[in-house]
This record gives sequence, structure tokens and C-alpha cells, in this order.
Amino acid sequence: MLYAVLCYHDENLVWSWSKEEDGALMDKIGAVRARLTAQGKLGASLRLMPTTAATTLRKNQDPPLVIDGPFAETKEQLLGFYILDVENLDAALEAAREIAKVNPGGAFEIRPIAVFNPDERTK
Amino acid sequence: MNDLSWINAALAAARPQAVGALLRYFRDLDRAEEAFQEAALRALKNWPQNGPPRDPAAWLIMVGRNAALDGVRKEARNVALPDEDAISDVEDVETPLAERLDGSHYRDDVLRLLFICCHPDLPATQQIALALRIVSGLTVKQIARAFLVSEAAMEQRITRAKQRVARADVPFEAPGPVERSQRLAAVMAMVYLVFNEGYSAGDSEARAALCDEAIRLSRLLLRLFQTEPEVMGLAALMILQHARADARFDADGEIVLLEDQDRSRWDGELIGEGLALMDKAIRHNRPGPYQIQAAIAATHARAGTPSDTDWAGIDALYAILERMQPSPVITLNRAVATAKIAGPEAALAMIAPLETALSGYFHFYGARGAFLLQLGRTSEARTDFSRAIALANTPAEAAHIRRHLDRHLLDAEAK
Repeated sequence: MLYAVLCYHDENLVWSWSKEEDGALMDKIGAVRARLTAQGKLGASLRLMPTTAATTLRKNQDPPLVIDGPFAETKEQLLGFYILDVENLDAALEAAREIAKVNPGGAFEIRPIAVFNPDERTK
Repeated sequence: MNDLSWINAALAAARPQAVGALLRYFRDLDRAEEAFQEAALRALKNWPQNGPPRDPAAWLIMVGRNAALDGVRKEARNVALPDEDAISDVEDVETPLAERLDGSHYRDDVLRLLFICCHPDLPATQQIALALRIVSGLTVKQIARAFLVSEAAMEQRITRAKQRVARADVPFEAPGPVERSQRLAAVMAMVYLVFNEGYSAGDSEARAALCDEAIRLSRLLLRLFQTEPEVMGLAALMILQHARADARFDADGEIVLLEDQDRSRWDGELIGEGLALMDKAIRHNRPGPYQIQAAIAATHARAGTPSDTDWAGIDALYAILERMQPSPVITLNRAVATAKIAGPEAALAMIAPLETALSGYFHFYGARGAFLLQLGRTSEARTDFSRAIALANTPAEAAHIRRHLDRHLLDAEAK
């Protein structure tokens, strides 16, 4: 089963880390990523720019409306995600816990993936 | 990240909102700061045990208010507020409290807090010092180091600025739309001052911290004013300029000119963010000075090598900026682009009328010397470079011109 691990955190906080703090954290996460990748559990992952760079297309009207900013105004924002390829929810939680160990704070939402379209350009 | 650094980051992130709300509540800057300080101390004790609260700013506002009221409870007939242990882990208590405290006030609280630092009676350096102390929560020691003055001198400067602010009437009512946009303009100018203070001589860590701080404040403003293209422009401008920070000085701390910089050392992630913000701003079709300056920075950022630079585009952008806010410094900057597309003669003609206005300005003589040098007028160039050295603001600037003199002028004279 494919799972998306959606990473939520207070971006106010995350973007006030210094370059050194951020770099140290990314190194730690990098080590966990390498381990999970070697075990065949981890697929693509990505980090999003701050929500200040976001634009939202509201498509409940025609033509859709373009709005500056993220879709939802929340205390914690979607900052990035990992894609896991694991047996079941327990295994997904286990992998997410490993990442959480080096990157505490905020929350990971584990969402099973219904349709996955790989990047065709690299083929 | 350990508890302490996590908590410090959380306190810094929550500070503008929390101090802003406490200021609205107490209508007194010192009391608001003291209340925040007390709340921060309690957070250091409480959070490692009880875990971080869901909304640190709301927690700090509640506890700060509570602590300050404790002190005056005898006179004040206020009902005791919930204990901070209760606030930190009972979410259904925390959320409505947070909403009631901040809600619609949040934006105006933060704006007010920034705005009081922009009092027109305060000289620029005091505005910057005050904002770094009050809004960003930097210590007096950190600020003193960035300004290269003693801690005592900085303490005095901040105290004086605070007294002046306290005497001024800070309006606590929610501002109307016109007033709000006036406040925003003053605040944006102040944030850019903070950035430039760090950028202009940004070779030390203490100074680079000012650039980081200004960018953080601009992201904060952007979250509060999501549809303001000039706020996007200001954030983009600073982010794009800061992206070059690592390449701007060599190992000896000497200035490296844009065209000599190792572009692989530019921060691609920051450039990406700056360009994304520009894309958003342009859609609004409401250009302003920050957006134009950001567009100039973006043009440089997009050029893989110096020779790829779209100088005609930069010249055109400076022409727009000149019309928006006529200033001899902008014309001088434009002349650099003009020299690239129309030659040094045209650039000299463009800056000729500026000499009186810019007679005390290091960059004027540096630029004119360079144009003269390109035309082979070496003795005039030498005179200008000497004046530039005499007017340099920092040793790095003077050394830069001297190096320029050595490298180019001596070559030219040898021929």
C-alpha cells in the first residue's frame, strides 16, 4: 500500500530556525531517509515553500477565482510530504515514527494514496 | 532539536503576536514586555514537562496577562484566570480563549507593535534598534554587537527611544483602512531599514542576523496582508538580495562585486522563493517601488553568468523607478545599467547633474571613476577613486576601491 505522510507544523516556528539549525535537522532527516530508502519503504519526498508563496485556485465557480495565500488558514500548515511504500498502517506509522524521532513537533497525517501517477518525464 | 532550542524558537516566533496583544491589553510597552518576559520564563519551566501548547502565542498571552494581573490583584477586581498548567494541555479551554484574545485583533496588534517603532521623531538607527528589541526580542547585547557600539550605549539608545515612544500617543483603536495602509507603509520602510543595516556591511554574523530578522518580519507582514503586492515585493527584494549573501564577501572579508561573484554560492532555494513571490505580485498589476527593485534583483538572479544579464531590462526598470520616486541615487544606479548598453560616455552624461547632490556619497565617485577608467581618462579616474576612499563608510569599502585602483588603474597607466 502506498501512503502519503503529510507534514504539518507551525511554519512561523519552522521558518524562524536559523540556517544552521535547519541544516542540522535536514542532515538528521537525511540519515533516516537513506535508511528507509534502503529498506525499500520510502519513495519521493518534498518540502514546500512557506504558505506566503502559495496561491489558491477556488474552483467552485466558473471561471475559478485566484486567491493569494494557502487554502486553509490554520495554526499548523502543510509543509511537505513523504511517500511510503509499506505493508499496512502499522508499518507506515512505524516509518513515520522514525522520522518523527529526529523531527519532533507538529504532526504527520498518514493518508493512504488512492491513485499514484509517477513522474513520466524521467522515463 | 533539544527542548531549550525548540522553546526559544517557539518564543521568538510567538513574540510579535503575544507582545502585540499584551500591549493592547495593558496600553503600556514596559508592562507588556514584562508580562511577556514572565510568561516566557514560565514556558521554560512548564513546556518541557507538559509538552508544548497547541498555540504558543495564545498560551503566552494568557499566562502573561495572568501573571501581570497577579501583581495587582488586590486593587484590581479581576476574576482569576486559569492556571497555566490547565491552559497548556486542555485544548478546549485554550482554543476559545485564544480566539477571544486574538481573533480579528491579531493583524492590528502586530501592525501596531511594529508601527510604534516607526515614530517619525525617532532617527532610523533608533527605529531599527527598537524594533529588534521589542518585536524581534533580540538582546541588547546582540543589537549592540550588530551596531558595533557598547552594550551600555545601546541600552541607553533603546531606553531613550522607548521614552519617546511612550510620550507619543499610540492609537489603540482598530485603525481604519486608510490609516492601516499608512501604518503598513511606515512599517515596510522600517523593515527595509533593518535589512539594509545588516546588508550594507554584512560581513559579520551579528549583521547577517539583521537580514534574517528583516526577512522573518516581512514573511510575518505577508501573512497578515496576503493580497498586498508591495509586501510581496518587499519580501522578494530582501530574499533575493540575501540569497547572494555567501558570495558577497571573500575569505578576507573583502567585497566581491556582483559580476565577480561565484554564482554557484547563491542560495537557489531563496532565489526560488523570491521569484515565486514576484510571480504572485505581478499578477496584481499594481507596481510599486519595492516590486520594481525586486524585479531588478530578480533579473540579476535569473542570469546564470554576468554576460547573460538583461541590462536593457534593468535599465528600463530603473527608468520606471526613477519616475516613481525620483532620487539621485536611483539615477546613479541606473547609470551602471546604461553604461552596459549605451557605453560609459552616456553614463557619464547621465550622472553629470548629480555631483552636487551626491558630493558626499562614496558610490558616486566609485562609479564615476569606473566610467572614466573605461574611457581611458586615468588621471580623472584616479582623483575620483581617491575621493571614494576618503568617503568610504567601512574599511571593506575603502579596501575594495583600493584594490580596484591597483588592479585596473596601474595596468592602464603601464600601457
